[in-house]
Amino acid sequence: MPDTDIEEGPSCPLPFSDYERVVLAHGGGGRVMQRLIRDLFVAAFGGAALERGHDGAVLRPRGPIAVTTDAFTVSPRTFPGGDLGSLAVHGTVNDLAMCGARPLALTASFILEEGLELRELATLVEHMAAAARSCGVEVVTGDTKVVERGKGDGVFITTTGVGELLVDPPPGPERLAPGDAIVVSGPIGEHGVAVLAAREGLSLEPPLVSDAGPVHAAALALVEACEVHCLRDPTRGGLASVLAELATASGSSMHIREADVPVRPAVADTCELLGLDPLYVACEGRFVAFVPAAQVDDALACLRRSGCEQAAHIGALGPASADPLVFAESALGGRRILDLLSSEQLPRIC
Amino acid sequence: MKWVEEFRDPAAIRAASAAIAEAITQPWTIMEVCGGQTHAIVRWSLHELLPPELELVHGPGCPVCVTPGEVLDAARDLAVEGGVILATYADMLRVPGQRRTGDLLAARAAGADVRAVASPLDALRLAQAHPEREVVMLAVGFETTAPASAAAIEAAARGGVANFSVLASHVRVAPAMAMILAGEDNRVQGFLAAGHVCAVVGTEDYPPLVERYGAPIVVTGFEPLDLLAGVLRCVRALEAGRPRLEVQYRRAVRPEGNPVARAALERVFEVVDAPWRGLGEVPQGGLAIRPEFAAHDALRRFELRPDERGVAAEGGQGSCRAADVLRGRLKPLACPEFGRGCTPERPLGAPMVSSEGACAAYYRHRARHA
Repeated sequence: MPDTDIEEGPSCPLPFSDYERVVLAHGGGGRVMQRLIRDLFVAAFGGAALERGHDGAVLRPRGPIAVTTDAFTVSPRTFPGGDLGSLAVHGTVNDLAMCGARPLALTASFILEEGLELRELATLVEHMAAAARSCGVEVVTGDTKVVERGKGDGVFITTTGVGELLVDPPPGPERLAPGDAIVVSGPIGEHGVAVLAAREGLSLEPPLVSDAGPVHAAALALVEACEVHCLRDPTRGGLASVLAELATASGSSMHIREADVPVRPAVADTCELLGLDPLYVACEGRFVAFVPAAQVDDALACLRRSGCEQAAHIGALGPASADPLVFAESALGGRRILDLLSSEQLPRIC
Repeated sequence: MKWVEEFRDPAAIRAASAAIAEAITQPWTIMEVCGGQTHAIVRWSLHELLPPELELVHGPGCPVCVTPGEVLDAARDLAVEGGVILATYADMLRVPGQRRTGDLLAARAAGADVRAVASPLDALRLAQAHPEREVVMLAVGFETTAPASAAAIEAAARGGVANFSVLASHVRVAPAMAMILAGEDNRVQGFLAAGHVCAVVGTEDYPPLVERYGAPIVVTGFEPLDLLAGVLRCVRALEAGRPRLEVQYRRAVRPEGNPVARAALERVFEVVDAPWRGLGEVPQGGLAIRPEFAAHDALRRFELRPDERGVAAEGGQGSCRAADVLRGRLKPLACPEFGRGCTPERPLGAPMVSSEGACAAYYRHRARHA
């Protein structure tokens, strides 16, 4: 994946509020709110649709579209490699790409907690706008609500994305077939470990940077180059959970070789110390692709041309099974089941 | 990672596996004591690398599993009704108590102030940051985690942190091993002892066990090659009919243990009989905070009585045979409830409640049902 430098936009040339922090009036419908929308949101996102100031936007897609929506919250809101703002754009852009769709437009909805520093909000919005520009997607409509102090966690951002299908039928779980090769686009687990380290104040040397970023360029290049049966980005629950879900959906067991799954040493070491399994740690800038076995070399070559140098062929779907499970073969030759976790992965006591 | 990769080297592992197959001439049953070892065995499918004559059974060394349900209930009550900040290790958060009133995550969802910490010293810092609140550390674990509890209690006493206390449920490994060996229908013929526990307390508890019960004990590490090397030593001792204490995990274990940690344990804790979830009362099996530190002992400070004996022997519900699993008499897959009535989401017995419990490890990595 290409590195995505978040370009630092001009830091809000207009004083968009007389307040230093979000107050209830910022969602109250009056002048304070209008000024925030005009001088912060519209100024940052730009675009004809937003500038109309209407209740919604009109899109005229040329063919079938994909729609996705996602609510974003992360603690801390800024982490090495990204922040809540860029994540809210990349997450939705990536979900569209997983549908085989080229992102066209986003909506953005903000729930702000009274007391949030406006300076921080402005930074998040600028990073959102920069991420949207670099993905070639326009924010066409939005909404702002303010909740009382204590009733929100600073800021929640929800984005909905619309994209044009590049291929029809699009990739999806229903197209998974026995024998499909499983390809992962790059090293896993960097986002989860980077955020955990930032949240818990773990100092890692050198610091781990999240993989958070857009994958649409690589994923869509792959869709155009190969017969892609399914795409999925391993966010919450990581690679193992995505595979377990798709094994169930496909009715076929999956077999992966752990030694072939790319994991950076810093991620492997940190997981080792904390008792975490990198296969279950979240990524925000990686995806898994399922392609016919005969096309796996083409798929890998295409991904590498798109900047995914560490893309790897990690396994395959087995024949249809009444009890479809994911099996991981360890470097030592033993085999274990990768199941959905009962709940979130927690560091172990010893 | 240095000190890890070497112990996962496939060629070395194959060689160790072949050496075990060569050494063994008859069936033997060996117990790995520690949950971390069980986890590694299942995680790396090491059973597939062992000869059929050798049976590995899984021991009671999962501190999360053996923490009595009543202690969890007491912690929950303190958090929900007592209004304290309850700090504990993250993997205690989803262990159901005895009353089945839900785990600590559910208590937190219901409004209790429950925090996950990596060490009792983090909980002490919480207490210093919130002098107006009572902060209670639910501290569990073997001699590995007990020194950190001791350090926090001594620091609180020295610094006069009056709002900090520890709800201690620390247990000792060697007495549980003795109890298993003394059991009437014991099957365990040799032990892989818990390397990290021995790194703290040393190995002096073990020669009397070897002598009395004739079972070899090999203090073993946690990586695949450690475990196979431990098995190999244990098999050779059994085959030769010469049981003795050996230390495989030399890179961490000295016979005298860690003198600083042992001294802290000695100052803060006294050895007591203690209930283990699933095993019942283990003579000399626990560590209680000494009366000198009563101010920082949550049991005394809040007048808790979680140790009503008998109840804690609870092996599980229904046909759950947790007690047999914890003693090495039954493999998880042979339990009638495994994967049917009992899953990690709805555990019936202690070994299914924590990811390090034998049943949970089997469920997660090996099979959904027998």
